[in-house]
Amino acid sequence: MTSLPAQPAPKRLGLVIDLDTCVGCHACAVNCKEWNAGGYHAPLTDFDPYGAAPDGVWFNRIHSYEAGSGADARVVHFPKSCLHCDNAPCVTVCPTGASYKRGSDGIVLVEEDKCIGCKLCSWACPYGAREFDTDAGVMKKCTLCIDRIYNENLEEVDRVPACVATCPASARHFGDLGDPDSDVSRLVAERGGYDLMPEMECAPTNKYLPVRDKQTGAGGTLPLEDASPEGGFLGWVDRLLSDASAV
Amino acid sequence: MHPAYSIIFFTTASGLGYGLLAVAAVFVGAGWLPAVPELGAIVISVGVALVTAGLLSSTFHLGHPERAWRALSQFRSSWLSREGVAAILAYVPVAGLAWGWVWLGEVAGVWLLAAWLTPVLAAVTVYCTGMIYASLKAIPRWHHPLVPWLYVALGLATGAVGFHLVVAMFGAANMRSAGVAVAGLLAAAVLKIAYWRSIDTADPVATAETATGLGGFGDVRPLDPPHTAPNYLQKEMGYRVARKHARKLRKITLVTLFAIPPICVALSVFAGFFLGAALAVIAALSVGLGILIERWLFFAEAVHVVTLYYGEKAA
Repeated sequence: MTSLPAQPAPKRLGLVIDLDTCVGCHACAVNCKEWNAGGYHAPLTDFDPYGAAPDGVWFNRIHSYEAGSGADARVVHFPKSCLHCDNAPCVTVCPTGASYKRGSDGIVLVEEDKCIGCKLCSWACPYGAREFDTDAGVMKKCTLCIDRIYNENLEEVDRVPACVATCPASARHFGDLGDPDSDVSRLVAERGGYDLMPEMECAPTNKYLPVRDKQTGAGGTLPLEDASPEGGFLGWVDRLLSDASAV
Repeated sequence: MHPAYSIIFFTTASGLGYGLLAVAAVFVGAGWLPAVPELGAIVISVGVALVTAGLLSSTFHLGHPERAWRALSQFRSSWLSREGVAAILAYVPVAGLAWGWVWLGEVAGVWLLAAWLTPVLAAVTVYCTGMIYASLKAIPRWHHPLVPWLYVALGLATGAVGFHLVVAMFGAANMRSAGVAVAGLLAAAVLKIAYWRSIDTADPVATAETATGLGGFGDVRPLDPPHTAPNYLQKEMGYRVARKHARKLRKITLVTLFAIPPICVALSVFAGFFLGAALAVIAALSVGLGILIERWLFFAEAVHVVTLYYGEKAA
């Protein structure tokens, strides 16, 4: 049924993405594609991969933005994947029941065998989390790596989404955002984690941690070495060469 | 939004078909029509053909048309599903109307009930079509209270022009058939102009700043895109070709959909049979062109909030 679960999920699994530490390396997107090309939604399209216009399904896309201007301007790398919303509009618009939100852990999934490929869910999502597979004729999306996080064949340390496992800067955190004492919930509370586009009222599970304020003293304002040193060996050389310039 | 031709054809053809059936059913129910079975046969077969062709066309853009039957299951939450259910239910009174009007040559009793249920179910179906778009919050220009009523009014108006054309061919055009068409067109025009004014003056619902949460630093601009070539999201939601011509296309819509047809329809009543029929044909052709442009614009003018991540400033 594509109605949302009547009861709030006991667990709300999701990601916390730290915009302050993300270095924009795209490793999360690459590892996501690598894992999911063989996972729940396998295979993922990869048309013209080495050509002029490569095209295909990606569950995770990394934007880079400039914000502000002058000394206060920032460059922010901005990974974006499914936010596994509590009030997921992609689920309720689905006419077939293929798109659903799990009552047990809040993960939003597509059951490919029921999907008619009408694309309405991708229209309903404000965040662009769903991408149509033109080859299979069905909609695909981030599964929060359900085939990793519950996979008992993996070491426990590896039971996290592929994007989280691979991030070299630890900018991505995975956990239960429904539990106020979980590491991710504490991180959100400490750092002021926020929702993307709250005016869409989707109540996303994933949170973004803001870019920190600049540290005082850091930045491009420290002076260079003095060009006319007083005293010492360099001062003597400077004086000598200054006099010699008269020759 | 990318205007898929199959969807433009589906929404305009089914709107016209349901409008035609609804107006004809009202005329039959009210006893305003001569009991000519041939007239009924043509009106109903054209109406059913348009509705059915529209529904079939809507399955052409599906990735898996063979699974389309599944779309009838989620009527509790999905307007697309509700539309499918309503469309199938609407065939029932239309069949009853056809039986009474064409086969029995008398619309009374249960067949009269079918005649009165036809416009109700036709309107419900077209309302559901409109709500598919109006329910999408991520597309602010569609998420507007006038949208479903625009679909209903335009379906009724285009259907009424089609109905006037058919009765004119039978030499039965009169003030009533013309009046319904003109009133329907004018009502749709008022709604459409009000809708355009409203979306043109509305404040943006979301901005690049709220989409990224980076507004605290100031203006947000894309620096590097996620990929080197346009992706599905940009192709499907980022369509902008008609938007730059929107002003001109709106004027063409006003003329072809709301100016030429009511004038031709009104004049056709006072003309003789041949001139009247010719005027009704011109009105119908003009409406056909106008409604296609109107629907294309409806898609092309709609800005999806996901484009805020790809350089659009506000939506």
